[in-house]
Amino acid sequence: MDKSQKKRSELKLLYDMLAIRRFEEKAQQQYQMQKIGGFLHLYIGQEAVAVGSVAGCRPEDYLITAYRDHGHALARGMGMNECMAEIFGKATGCSKGLGGSMHYFDKKNNMMGGHAIVGGHIPLAAGLGFASKYRGEDRVTLCYMGDGAINIGSFHEALNMAGLWKLPVIFVCENNQFAMGTAAGRSNPLKEIVDRGAGYAMPSLVMDGMDVRAVRDTIGDVCAKIRKSPEPYWIECRTYRYRGHSMSDPATYRTKEELEKHKKDDPITNFSTTLLKEGVLTEEEYKKMDAEVKALAAESVAFAESSPEPPLEDLHKYTLPPLNPDYQPVATTPEIAKQNPFNC
Amino acid sequence: MTLREITYRQALNEALAEELERDQNVFLMGEEVAQYNGAYKISQGLLERFGPKRVIDAPIAEAGFAGIGIGAAMVGLRPIVEFMTFSFSLVAFDQVANNAPNIMTMSGGQFHAPIVFRGPNGPAHQLGATHMHATECLYANFPGLKIVVPATPRDAKGLLKSAVRDEAPVLVLEVEMLYAFKGMVEPPMPEFDLLVPIGKASVAREGSDVTILSYGRTVPMALHAAEQIEKEHGIHAEVIDLRSIKPLDLETILNSVTKTHRVVVAEQDRPFCGIGAELTFQIQQHIFDELDAPVARVAQEEVAVPYNEALEHAMLPNEEKIVAAVRATCGV
Ligand SMILES: Cc1ncc(C[n+]2csc(CCOP(=O)(O)OP(=O)(O)O)c2C)c(N)n1
Repeated sequence: MDKSQKKRSELKLLYDMLAIRRFEEKAQQQYQMQKIGGFLHLYIGQEAVAVGSVAGCRPEDYLITAYRDHGHALARGMGMNECMAEIFGKATGCSKGLGGSMHYFDKKNNMMGGHAIVGGHIPLAAGLGFASKYRGEDRVTLCYMGDGAINIGSFHEALNMAGLWKLPVIFVCENNQFAMGTAAGRSNPLKEIVDRGAGYAMPSLVMDGMDVRAVRDTIGDVCAKIRKSPEPYWIECRTYRYRGHSMSDPATYRTKEELEKHKKDDPITNFSTTLLKEGVLTEEEYKKMDAEVKALAAESVAFAESSPEPPLEDLHKYTLPPLNPDYQPVATTPEIAKQNPFNC
Repeated sequence: MTLREITYRQALNEALAEELERDQNVFLMGEEVAQYNGAYKISQGLLERFGPKRVIDAPIAEAGFAGIGIGAAMVGLRPIVEFMTFSFSLVAFDQVANNAPNIMTMSGGQFHAPIVFRGPNGPAHQLGATHMHATECLYANFPGLKIVVPATPRDAKGLLKSAVRDEAPVLVLEVEMLYAFKGMVEPPMPEFDLLVPIGKASVAREGSDVTILSYGRTVPMALHAAEQIEKEHGIHAEVIDLRSIKPLDLETILNSVTKTHRVVVAEQDRPFCGIGAELTFQIQQHIFDELDAPVARVAQEEVAVPYNEALEHAMLPNEEKIVAAVRATCGV
């Protein structure tokens, strides 16, 4: 990578984090104006995790996460317009207004969804990894979950099989220190969440989720290793959520001081300061960048507002897929019977 | 005795407090029930009053803590397990549907599980496909479970208290949309020990022309619909609040239909194998000759819950649909 390419890719990291922040601030405002219904879980404070991760993997890698999914979706390349329209419940939304904030899906960007039942998506991640290995592809699956999700049965079952069958999945626990009002130390007996990986014989590491470069580099390294030799990894990513669990949570379970302390470690401020210091970025450029993403966020609201509602027919349209007469089965061969990718 | 007006939420809170006070074997376990005072604030103040031994925050591990409750109940404790919503009970389905109701048969009567599973269930507002399941029709298929769905503050309190004292596993399916709903309730213990019997429906409104069978979320809808139909068409609808899905109070239902000869079932679940399917069967089985019209049903549409507000409204049961069904049934 030459110098100007490197500069561009570093600036993109900052741009993407800032875009997520401004998008969500807009979404929050729209929620407060009652333009949005249901749940809204903001990712503010955790942007470096999604952005660094996506920068560290390839577009064909699968990404799957829980309901706090706006950051992952935007980082993955989804547009603000389709994302805002989704929470407005509009037909132009990424899930046609049928999914809502917790269910951002985008097939073309390999965004395999936000999922609303805690832990419910973790077996799906193992399934994506299973499919990649089954097909002999070198795709990696990145699976994100909160610190609260590591205590539910589906987590254990999925990680056990991923470990057993050496599935190419990176399980990232975004330890933002709370599951709703429950501090991580009140929901599992381990001192360090990273130690969970040992039970599934997974190489395990800790990653600083407030440092976008560290996330990018760690995910990049791990992806390279998995592509060479498929096996799952367990990563505890230390981060912090600045807002309540969802819009209805006043977050009284933590002190102002605690929050302020973590806000001093803001991933966006951290990184922009570093880039300024390194001479990669000027104040002017930063202001321009911020103005640009703010304008995009504002535009996304206008787009969402002017978009049509899904038609009433859509209610029954997506319940059952039609039969596919064009489906082409792939003929089996004697060689395949000799393969044993899962070591069974 | 002077009645007070309290909310459905307060009523549940009082029931929990009274039963925790009355019996040391009772404890409350669930996600965010203690320090956070409950995701929907049903357990407000209970940790402070009864302490962390009896009001217990569990990790996000529904199958685990539902099973812990059943195990503890087998040896004499009387757990109240809160599901943040019954949609999350689906990850504990094996415990609720396979362990709790079967223990007694499997052990030849040596063990049983006096446990309460409670929490909001069914339609809410714009929570999407995974968070608003009406689970009553699922659980109703398992003999050995009792299922109640309170629609008023008084029933919320009285049914929950009865559930705690019952020997069977009881599911108290609360209605999130009614948590702030107010109603008159007797004074708290020690002045009054309010117990509403499980298995008794109530006549929420008397009428002579048509019976609307409702429960939970559809009770206030049916009552409003009945008002409107009376005003606009002079039809007197009787509204039955089932209160208890299992056991079902067939007597009250059949008496009403024998009087009105017409039935609209307004249920909050989906129609296929829904509660209304069973009600319809029972009615035609017992009093086929009393029916002057086919039984009509208002339920959810047979689709996943869409997030979009207009589509959600179109897929859920509502007042307009009940009015339309009553008019069709009565031919007006
Ligand atoms: C099975 C299940 N139980 C409970 C919930 C309700 N719930 C939604 S988010 C949440 C907390 C999850 O915390 P964590 O996994 O740490 O993720 P974070 O919200 O911090 O991103 C809970 C309890 C749910 N969605 N699914």
